[in-house]
Amino acid sequence: MSAREKRGAVVFDDIRKDYGSFTAIPQLNLSVEPGELVTLLGPSGCGKTTTLRMLAGLETPTSGRILIGGTDVSRLPPNRRDVAMVFQSYALFPHMSVAANVAYGLEAGGLGRRAARAQAEKGLDLVGLSAMGDRLPAELSGGQQQRVAVARALVLEPQVLLLDEPLSNLDARLRRKVRTEIRELQQRLGFTAVYVTHDQDEALAVSDRVVVMREGRIEQAGTPRELYEAPASEFIADFIGESNIVDCTVEKVGDGLAEIRLGGQRITVPTRSTATGPARLSVRANAISLSGPAAGQDGASGRVRSAAYLGDHVEYEIESDLGQLFAIDHANATPYAVGSDLALTFRAAGLALLP
Amino acid sequence: MTGETRRIDVALAAGGAGLLVLPWYHIRSGFWEFDWLGAFLSDDRLWPAVAQLGQGRWQLLPVLALWLVALALRLRQPSAARGKAFVVLGLAGLAWLAFEGMAIGLRGWAIPGADRLIALAGQPAWGAGAILALAMFAALFAFGLAERGVLKGDAFVLGAITALVLLVIAFVGYPLYAMFLSAFQDFRGNFTLDGVSQNIADPAIWRLDCLVGGRCGVAWRTLFLALCTASGSTLMGLVFALAATRTNTRFKAGLRLLTVLPIITPPFVIGLALIMIMGRAGFVTQGIEAITGWHLGRWIYGLPGIWLAQVLSFTPISFLVLIGVVQGVSPSMEEASQTLRSDRWRTFTKVSLPLMAPGLANAFLIGFIESMADFGNPLILGGNGGVLSTDIFFAVVGAQHNPARAAILALILLCFTLSAFLAQRFWLSGRNFSTVSGKGDGGSHARLPRGLEIAVLTLAGVWSAFTLFLYGMIFFGSFVKVWGLDNTLTLAHYHAAFGFSLAGGFTGVAWNSFWTTMGIAILAAPLTAFVGLLTAWLIVRQRFPGKALFEFAIMLSFAIPGTVIGISYVSAFNLPPLQMTGTAMILIMCFVFRNMPVGVRGGIAAMSQIDGSLDEASLMLGGSSARTLRKVILPLLRPAILAALVYSFVRAITSISAVIFLVSAQYNMATAYIVGLVENGEYGVAIAYSSVLIVVMMVVIGGFQLLVGERRIGRRDARGPATPRPVAPIKEEIAT
Ligand SMILES: Nc1ncnc2c1ncn2[C@@H]1O[C@H](COP(=O)(O)OP(=O)(O)O)[C@@H](O)[C@H]1O
Ligand SMILES: [Mg+2]
Repeated sequence: MSAREKRGAVVFDDIRKDYGSFTAIPQLNLSVEPGELVTLLGPSGCGKTTTLRMLAGLETPTSGRILIGGTDVSRLPPNRRDVAMVFQSYALFPHMSVAANVAYGLEAGGLGRRAARAQAEKGLDLVGLSAMGDRLPAELSGGQQQRVAVARALVLEPQVLLLDEPLSNLDARLRRKVRTEIRELQQRLGFTAVYVTHDQDEALAVSDRVVVMREGRIEQAGTPRELYEAPASEFIADFIGESNIVDCTVEKVGDGLAEIRLGGQRITVPTRSTATGPARLSVRANAISLSGPAAGQDGASGRVRSAAYLGDHVEYEIESDLGQLFAIDHANATPYAVGSDLALTFRAAGLALLP
Repeated sequence: MTGETRRIDVALAAGGAGLLVLPWYHIRSGFWEFDWLGAFLSDDRLWPAVAQLGQGRWQLLPVLALWLVALALRLRQPSAARGKAFVVLGLAGLAWLAFEGMAIGLRGWAIPGADRLIALAGQPAWGAGAILALAMFAALFAFGLAERGVLKGDAFVLGAITALVLLVIAFVGYPLYAMFLSAFQDFRGNFTLDGVSQNIADPAIWRLDCLVGGRCGVAWRTLFLALCTASGSTLMGLVFALAATRTNTRFKAGLRLLTVLPIITPPFVIGLALIMIMGRAGFVTQGIEAITGWHLGRWIYGLPGIWLAQVLSFTPISFLVLIGVVQGVSPSMEEASQTLRSDRWRTFTKVSLPLMAPGLANAFLIGFIESMADFGNPLILGGNGGVLSTDIFFAVVGAQHNPARAAILALILLCFTLSAFLAQRFWLSGRNFSTVSGKGDGGSHARLPRGLEIAVLTLAGVWSAFTLFLYGMIFFGSFVKVWGLDNTLTLAHYHAAFGFSLAGGFTGVAWNSFWTTMGIAILAAPLTAFVGLLTAWLIVRQRFPGKALFEFAIMLSFAIPGTVIGISYVSAFNLPPLQMTGTAMILIMCFVFRNMPVGVRGGIAAMSQIDGSLDEASLMLGGSSARTLRKVILPLLRPAILAALVYSFVRAITSISAVIFLVSAQYNMATAYIVGLVENGEYGVAIAYSSVLIVVMMVVIGGFQLLVGERRIGRRDARGPATPRPVAPIKEEIAT
């Protein structure tokens, strides 16, 4: 049995989705390993929800196949697929108690009422809400409702858990806590999860693998580190942690390393190509070190257009030889004044050659 | 400030005119005829209040004295103390006028033994002078409050509230009170408990014989009918709502048409059409009799026929309520259920239906109230087994002429409908699941289970076809010589009703009531819209003590059946101090206060869409509240105003239940006239007349939609999508 047929494996095979004359997903190929947490990340309207809903069975693909655990489920209704979903709005049934909500899917699956309630109790225990079973959803806080929604999906022990922007109705502080909880739960129980978000921090924090989508296509898929350190396009570089895109020249290539010239500075960075000559380079905002002009440096020179003091760091817009740059400075407590001249040097760790 | 003095001057001048110049008492031939001008000096009944003092009517002395005191107060500087004095004075004036008006009737004191204190001549009802004096005291009361700084000294708001409260007391509260009293009076107006004791325990009302095979009392039959009608119309409304939103039907536009029908159909027309099909001469009856040899006879008369007619009439209303309910169920609830291992059927029964339950209960209560209040269908189809509303009618107009019995039946009916209204208001409020908040998932509603889908589409199709068939029958029947007997086509009925010739003018029998109806509807519509929207504005935008009660009382009047309104108006306005029976005024007032709650609802809905900061901006820029209302709110409310106008116009034309008590030979209304035709067996002319009414109202509503539609397109750039939907208000008014 190959990994693609194991319980929990998901395969999208040449999936296409049209809404009338509008093509939301032109052609999608993606596989998810059992026990993996994969995030679909991308700007709003890029087709993440559509992809997830096709996997849930709430939307039918125009063409192509979807396999879950090796079985073709493309034509099955949602209740016959072994998946469960956590909705953005939680979609808790307002007329049922929390316990009844959690037991709902179990009873539908043919479990007796009493057994279903016992299971539901365990599910609520899992998310730390065992005392809340008798309440109505409206009597819980937003974070608690969210956990009920997770418990309600998890008690079904589905092959795949689907989460559509599960944190978007929570405030910023709670979001960080809950995303850690979800990740811990997933690693402890080992289920497969497909997680949709438009927030890159969230995606990097929870995922085994991130799939970045753009206009219905997969732009790049990889571990959070791969995406951050070796973006495959300007779009990715800009979307995952803000980047400046500048021109540079590749002077020498060998052993997967390239020696580039950036302004007056020579730096060695990893590369996947063998070409030399002009190239595009992604420069992370925190890879630019700033110093006064007196230092007489070999990088670039620039002038501060605006500065924003944010406590532990200062953000600058800089007009430089290389173009407009956005830089974050953690080193200097006193911000440089607007209009002052600066010398810029670049740190190799924050640079990535774009193909 | 000059504004303050000026408004007090105007009030005092109006009061002065009322006391010193205008006829104080009611004039038989009508004030607006102005034929009293000629006899003004010679006829002492036409004299103003000062002159009436000379006739021994000392009850008017306090009124004059209060006015003089007010004049003296006017000369003082404005202050909180003066304001308080005006408040007290206004209240005293109102109270005294109300007291003397009720206590001294046509033949002197109405209170036994009071003439031993002071002997007074009898007096007629209030006339123009008295009304002006009442208005002056109300205004002084409001302006006094403003001078004391109540509600930030806003005289306009205070005046509006005072006026509305007084009007509601006079035209809703007082008639109900008078009706209640009349239950305790004999023919000569003396107090007696006979009527109550005879009627309240009357077996004809309360007996429960139907449980053992006999006939039940009218109260139980009415209740039973209302429960059946409410069930039937709720079920059919749900069927249509599901068909419109959860299936892929192509006749959705047709469903919209179906929802307009009840607005423009006089309430007894469906009953008429049923008689044409299933009455003794109806072809369905005759067909069945011919095939089976059974004798069906008058099978359509009685509760089953009324039930069918009512379900047909009220299903569209229920549909309008339920379509919002069905759409209000969040799609993600149903999707969640589906991802939780539940098929379509389980999703429908365990999630969708429970979420709709409060909405269904609401539709049920509305159907219940509508059925209780319905008068036209039972009148036509009741045969000898009527319901409360028709029994009330026959208790007054019939051979038995028994106002006490009518009052008691009306009170029973009122108890039923008010209970339903209170249930709707208190039990159902806060049980609405459809507005669970949170960021939405979008998503789409689940399809219905296949079996249910087929059932829904079949039922909806059959029912629509039947409804359309009925309307077709009405139009067709109006062109047939003698329905069921002689089916040759003819225009004779239209000629009889609406014939005219150059020589003879309008010779048709219908013209008289037709023009009266149009005239009264045109007069009532702007008044209704004005009062309704003013009330809505006070409720949405102003804070004042007792506001919740104010709103509640206004909405409550919506639950009073038309028959009860009719009988209570007759009890109240037949005698001084407010004598209006037989005039056009009583019809207009009846329409204004019967249809006002609808204008209020529409106004509240429309006004809640307009951001309150707009008013505040206007106030900050120095506009008064009257100016804000006129320059800011009203222009934004134009669609709601038009909707209220059209709605009250149409309702004034189609309503029958209250009207039938209030019409007179001089002011006869179309619906009452048609019912008379039906009673005389002139079905042809009756349906010809009904058809004309339906067409007239279709034209009015169609024209209205065109008008509003174009307006909207013209302003889209400026206002964007926030423009309130124009068609919606009419429908929502019907629905709620
Ligand atoms: N039911 C629908 N009908 C038509 N277009 C749709 C529908 N659902 C989504 N779309 C379109 O498909 C695209 C992808 O939508 P979606 O998957 O919801 O994006 P997101 O990545 O923000 O979740 C969008 O352009 C959206 O407008
Ligand atoms: Mg989405």
